[in-house]
Parts: sequence; structure tokens; C-alpha cells
Amino acid sequence: MILTTAAMAVMLLSSCSQHLVRVKPYQRGNLANPLMDAGRDSLLLAMTQHAYFSREASFGGGGVGGGGCGCN
Amino acid sequence: MKTNLILAFICLSLSVATAAEPKVGTALPALSALLPGSSLPKTMGKVVLVDFWASWCAPCKASFVTMARLHQKYAARGLVTIGIGVDDEASAYQGFLAKNKVAFTLVHDSQHKAADFFNPPTMPSSYLVDRKGVIRHIHKGFKGAKTEAEYTAEIEALLTE
Repeated sequence: MILTTAAMAVMLLSSCSQHLVRVKPYQRGNLANPLMDAGRDSLLLAMTQHAYFSREASFGGGGVGGGGCGCN
Repeated sequence: MKTNLILAFICLSLSVATAAEPKVGTALPALSALLPGSSLPKTMGKVVLVDFWASWCAPCKASFVTMARLHQKYAARGLVTIGIGVDDEASAYQGFLAKNKVAFTLVHDSQHKAADFFNPPTMPSSYLVDRKGVIRHIHKGFKGAKTEAEYTAEIEALLTE
């Protein structure tokens, strides 16, 4: 009984993840706004990364390039 | 048990909703129903290219040149090109059109009714439909000359069928 309910819950949640969580490609207008680009100000980015890497004692973990509309 | 039945029903209804989107081999839905109030050309017996685009999508802007070229080259032979803009704001949609003037049909899917139905896998996405109204090719994204060559070959083939 518990296993069946758990299996149903997993199926339900996996279905929900497709419909409710993911931003669809045609809904990414706000994400594609240049203001959403964390690296738009190179000086601010350099300062932030300096502080981040100093605090974390690591280098190169700042994330991935690009971002925004996720087109193509 | 009752709870399980309710959960199963919800899962089934959600999976059915996913299965409804157009795929290769399925019929093109009536666009007039998905884009109420839009002025659409007649598509009966024509090869139709339905393209989803947005003003914030750089590859869409690049694809407009190709779409315009294809329209100019093949419209007389029976190609109908319909660009469906999915911008949230009408001003962004209009601004893009003012800067990118094209001769093919453009409509604004402001409520995302058509986009929700087609569920385009990326931006831009386009659907190439044969003269019988069946979706034959789906293009995901736009990769310049490579995609244009694919469009050209596919449209030529569909026009001669």
C-alpha cells in the first residue's frame, strides 16, 4: 500500500515537474533581458569574483558562460 | 485506495495533456482557433511554414532574413509562411516588426494560446506542413545557412509532391 502510494506520488511529481516548474522556451522573455545578465558590468563582475574566490579559497567555480533566453 | 485512484487519474490527465502537441505526421491544427482575431491566409492545398519567434530571441531575428527569402522565392509556387510572435508585450512585438519589415504573414500570440498548444521545443521553432495539411518537418532553432539549405530542400520536395 505504502509502496503503491509512493510510486503514484513519484509519477505525479514527475508529471508536475514538466508542467509547473520548467520555464518553457517561449516564456523566457524576461530571462533574455540584458539586465538579467550577471556579467553585464565587467568591473562589478571582477570585484564580485575576487571576493567570492578569496572567501571560497578556490578559482574557476564562477559558473557557466551565456544564459538568458536559452535559444537554439 | 481512493487516494490512489485520484492520483492515477491526475497522472493520466497530465500525461494525456503532454501527448497532444503537434508532431511530425500529425495534422496542422486550425490556426484560426488558436489565434482568434488574427488575419490569416488560406492554407488549404498549400505548403505552410509556421514559425514561432520572439523579439528577445537573437536566432529568430537571424531567421527572419531566411524566412523572407523563402517567402519571396516560393510564395508564387504555393508556400504560405506564417510567423507567430510570442512576445508578452505588444510594444516589443511591434518594435521588432518596425525594424524587421517582411512580406509574409505575422501574427501576435499575446496570450500564448498557440504556443501552449504547439509547445515549441526551443526558440525559434518552425513546422513545415505539406499540401494535405500534415506536419512533415519540425525545425528546432536556427543555424544560419545550414538550416536555410534544409528549408530549401524540404520546401522544394513538398512543393513538387
